[in-house]
Amino acid sequence: MAEQLSVFIDNRPGRLNAVTGILRDQQISIRAMTIADHRDYGVAKLLVSDPRRAHQALAEHGFAAALQPVLAVVIADQPGGLHQLLEILAGHHINVLDAYGFVVAPGQQAIWCMAVADPEEAARLVAAQGLPVLEDSALYRL
Amino acid sequence: MNAPVWNPAVEFMEREALERLQLANLRMTVAQALKTPFYQRRLAEVGLTGPEDLASLRDLHHLPYTTKDDLREAYPYGLLAVDREQAVRLHTSSGTTGMPTVIYHTRRDLDGWTELVARCIAATGATARDVFQNMTNYGLFTGGLGLHYGAERVGMLVIPASSGNTSRQIQLMKNFGVTVVHATPSYLLHLHSALAAEGVSLDQLRLQKAFIGAEPHSEQTRRKIEELFRIKAYNSYGLSEMNGPGVAFECLHQTGLHLWEDAYLLEIIDPRRLQPCAEEETGEIVLTTLQRQATPLLRYRTRDLSHLVSGHCPCGRSHRRLARIKGRSDDMLIINGVNLFPSQIEEVLMKTPEVSTNYLIQIEKRGAMDRLAVKTEIDARLFTGNPRALDDLRERISELLRSAILVKPVVELHEPGSLPVSEGKAKRVVDLRPAF
Repeated sequence: MAEQLSVFIDNRPGRLNAVTGILRDQQISIRAMTIADHRDYGVAKLLVSDPRRAHQALAEHGFAAALQPVLAVVIADQPGGLHQLLEILAGHHINVLDAYGFVVAPGQQAIWCMAVADPEEAARLVAAQGLPVLEDSALYRL
Repeated sequence: MNAPVWNPAVEFMEREALERLQLANLRMTVAQALKTPFYQRRLAEVGLTGPEDLASLRDLHHLPYTTKDDLREAYPYGLLAVDREQAVRLHTSSGTTGMPTVIYHTRRDLDGWTELVARCIAATGATARDVFQNMTNYGLFTGGLGLHYGAERVGMLVIPASSGNTSRQIQLMKNFGVTVVHATPSYLLHLHSALAAEGVSLDQLRLQKAFIGAEPHSEQTRRKIEELFRIKAYNSYGLSEMNGPGVAFECLHQTGLHLWEDAYLLEIIDPRRLQPCAEEETGEIVLTTLQRQATPLLRYRTRDLSHLVSGHCPCGRSHRRLARIKGRSDDMLIINGVNLFPSQIEEVLMKTPEVSTNYLIQIEKRGAMDRLAVKTEIDARLFTGNPRALDDLRERISELLRSAILVKPVVELHEPGSLPVSEGKAKRVVDLRPAF
């Protein structure tokens, strides 16, 4: 199961680049990132090349950060690609809590990342339908 | 559960005898005050010509109040009641407004102050066997020298560390097996958070007690200090106008602060009506010095708010107890017409483990209404990455505050370490409302 790094960031100038600066100093690469705005703060979610090391480096700099399992599924970058995955989840009454996606090979491959209540079970069901579920290491070989 | 008593004759004195002693000392104090130009004028205004005009303690209310502004006006020599050669020390305080005040001491005044502090220290069970590190500022601030001489008189091994330099404080505590410290509550919380960075664990320290004071704090803060260090923390109350520390202190039972009534005449008044408060009603502490030669003060308005604790303390001392200081009458915030104190907000935050002990209260005007924002820091260890949990936390704190202070504030969560940490008296309130 891939791991997603969540970081609590004050909603003011200069905080986000404090995070990216730490990752640069650690030579850690960012694969994908989203930020949700919560007025006085934001929570950034990142897929990075070495989540454990990134988590440790941020914690050492005083950041509140956490690692969570995330379901990362390879889908086809073509009409209906995402729908195919969501049909599987809907068929098993799995609710998607939070999600984002990104293209790795235009016209061929995209990755869809999501938080679900039981990621292990969802991973098993999705994999059984022939859609690859990625580990951290595989995510960065793409 | 009782400790050796420093001065049993005075500390256990029957109330009747204590009040006789108070009256005699009050007359002496008035006689002494009449040697100053300031009180000559003030007492003449109320028609008091000499100490014999005071027939009983009930006549106290004929005397005028003395305020901080009076002390500023009398600066530098207007309140000196002895020849300058007899004064051996002075302490000045600049306060936040920058206008200085001064208190002079004769050798006997200093001796009396030291005795009172020794009494306080002994009441917590501390003895000559203890190693005492004094982490408050030495110099014009009275906390440093006041505790220093009291601790020496008790016979403790005193380390005059003064304030700041946390790394050195921790090394001293470790190297000398310090058993008792004196510091502000906010500094002790800061010190605890710095232990790990110094590579020092609690097991390497021999700390048993802390004396805490110089800033209002909640019972939760005290308990938190006790839990974090696995020690007992005793509240200390004092103010530079009344010497400094040694005015009132908790005994082993921690049920309020015994105020030394042979040295200070205590009143608690409603600060607006200037009338005595009912028993157990919170009001402003007003103190009259009973033993001081160089700077006698009559009915000094401390601006500190507290109330009397009723009943008798299990320790058996006859000197009455003050509840912990609730705030200062000039700390009181008025938000949309509702009175509240920063200490009430602190109390709620202390009960919420998900946020740290640093906080900032910010008040702004939004249209006609006041907007109260309470800024807190999240605890990094309890962050799960779930934003909904944080939103729930924010709402929960806001609701708890609303029921505590009757105003619903905007609660803000911030990164750990982003709010200012103060090593002395913490600045917790920013009022951005335009002044009238």
